[in-house]
Amino acid sequence: MIAHWPTALRTGGTRARRGARLLRETPMIPLAIIGVIVLGAIFAPFLAPYDPVKIDLTHALKPPFFQEGGSTAHLLGTDKLGRDVLSRLIYGGRISLVVAGAVIVVGGGIGTFLGLISGYSARRLDAVIQRGVEAVLSLPTIMVALVFVYVVGQSLLSVILVLSPFIAARFTRMVRGDVLRIREHNYVALARVAGASDARIIFRHILPNVASTIIVIATLEIGAIILVEASLSFLGVGVPAPTPAWGLMIADGREYLSTKYWMSLFPGLAIMATVLSINWIGDWLRDILDPKRQFV
Amino acid sequence: MAEEPLLRVEDLRTYIQLRDGVVKAVDGVSFTVGTGESVGLVGESGSGKTMTCLSIMRLMPVPSARIVGGDVWFEGRNLATESESSMQHIRGRRMAMVMQDPLAALDPVLSVGDQVDEPLRYHTPMPKSARRNRVLEVLKAVRIPKPEERLGNYPHQFSGGMRQRIVAAMGLTTSPALVIADEPTTALDVTIQAQFLTLLRDLQQQTGMSLLWVTHDLGVVAQICQRVNVMYAGRIVESGDVRRILRQPLHPYTAALMESVPVFGQKRKRLYQIPGHPPDLTKLPPGCPYYERCPLRMDICKSEYPPATPVGDGFVHCWAAAAGKAPTTTMAAATASMAS
Repeated sequence: MIAHWPTALRTGGTRARRGARLLRETPMIPLAIIGVIVLGAIFAPFLAPYDPVKIDLTHALKPPFFQEGGSTAHLLGTDKLGRDVLSRLIYGGRISLVVAGAVIVVGGGIGTFLGLISGYSARRLDAVIQRGVEAVLSLPTIMVALVFVYVVGQSLLSVILVLSPFIAARFTRMVRGDVLRIREHNYVALARVAGASDARIIFRHILPNVASTIIVIATLEIGAIILVEASLSFLGVGVPAPTPAWGLMIADGREYLSTKYWMSLFPGLAIMATVLSINWIGDWLRDILDPKRQFV
Repeated sequence: MAEEPLLRVEDLRTYIQLRDGVVKAVDGVSFTVGTGESVGLVGESGSGKTMTCLSIMRLMPVPSARIVGGDVWFEGRNLATESESSMQHIRGRRMAMVMQDPLAALDPVLSVGDQVDEPLRYHTPMPKSARRNRVLEVLKAVRIPKPEERLGNYPHQFSGGMRQRIVAAMGLTTSPALVIADEPTTALDVTIQAQFLTLLRDLQQQTGMSLLWVTHDLGVVAQICQRVNVMYAGRIVESGDVRRILRQPLHPYTAALMESVPVFGQKRKRLYQIPGHPPDLTKLPPGCPYYERCPLRMDICKSEYPPATPVGDGFVHCWAAAAGKAPTTTMAAATASMAS
């Protein structure tokens, strides 16, 4: 109970003051970064100064504008084939976000569903699902992805398909743990006393109570997915070559790293900023989604 | 024969299968609750009270707990054999339960209005606005001040006493015929407890519902019940009119329970403490399970379980009572002599 005191003491304040407080705690910088990347990805054709796949060997390996020999024509320089790094960066956000979003929706959805069933149901079904989860989690993601993409063929869809089970497994594990805790609460028993069916209890009482966990895992996993997608692209089994993906861009700049650093640095920074911002937003979401905070 | 009571439990047996034995949590329990009647079910922790209630509602918490015998007649149906889907239809509509711990009985992420609405939503075809009115009515009945303003509030915004009343309101929305109250006042302090008791008694008089009141506190039973059943080791050891039992308990266990409750205005040095522990329910002795702790024990108690001796409209399972011996109120002395 003691832990609730500070919140309880802050119950006062007008609506305006509470609004100001909420604003003060909102992570503006991460939201701005994600906003820029999302908007860039959506409006890439209008924002990118050049065609991201257009080769222009006469302007290859130009440095960024702030450096000797650079120009404002190519703000972040060009790569070895003369493609504009900024344009590729803007378009590359599309790949990262589409892969991350799709894997979270597909894998997270399946994982949450399995986790709810696994945590709620009788021992046998739970055991079957958990052995499946362990099997998936014991596989090395990158290795499996390498083989899968090699067999099925390189495409955006195959990247999404191969990453989803891994994310689903992690979701299942985390959600199940939460469900095990929540289903022992009296309010679940009370819902049963009120005549609720299993499905109703799961979706009306248990799911909302695991929602904050799901959001936190989702944001952490989005970061992880972007990293894995970049790794796969770096290894050459992500999205096929001319498509601008951040991981692919880093790989392209690898051999020039000591002299023409910008080819790898900027996509690297983009990955880092995205992952960091998303994790930060996830923490913030977890805080504001806690119902105990609603009377602050 | 008199008219059929609302609830008639007959020889109910709920056993829990463990790796190293069978726990006879409920072992041949029979009692009735008439329409509009309040009946107490009394016993110490582990005597099988809660398991009896859960068996009536068919909500045994562990899969290894099973009703192995007996009938639960409720409104013409035998709940012991009813299908799960038809139980879902009865629970919350005809039969409700008020839980022990008000702090944990409400879902922290659902607003109170939604939670009180839940049984109505499941069991009635009422439109939303009508349900809202009913929820307000019930919240008003359990004396939540300004319920219109508080429908959207979450459980943590209410005090413990209010939460308990909200849990009670959840049980009352559908006007069930029977409400099972499983130690609903244990987590509340004494003044709130008294308020809650009065409230439930008033509500009962208004609605004509029946109450099965589960507690270890005979003081509570005295305030609210007409008849009481005392449970020990999964069996009912004494049953009868509340006034008769409070005036002259016949089973030594009942007497001991009474003496372990402080009585206001009565001077005494120490409260009575029942010696020993409740018996291990996996290996009950052939005789009376209270034998080890009983100040009135006789040789026969060890070998044979006492049959029911009728007393008024109730009964008692005790060899000493059958022999005409009643426990005295000065059992502390008897305890002292047993200490050796």
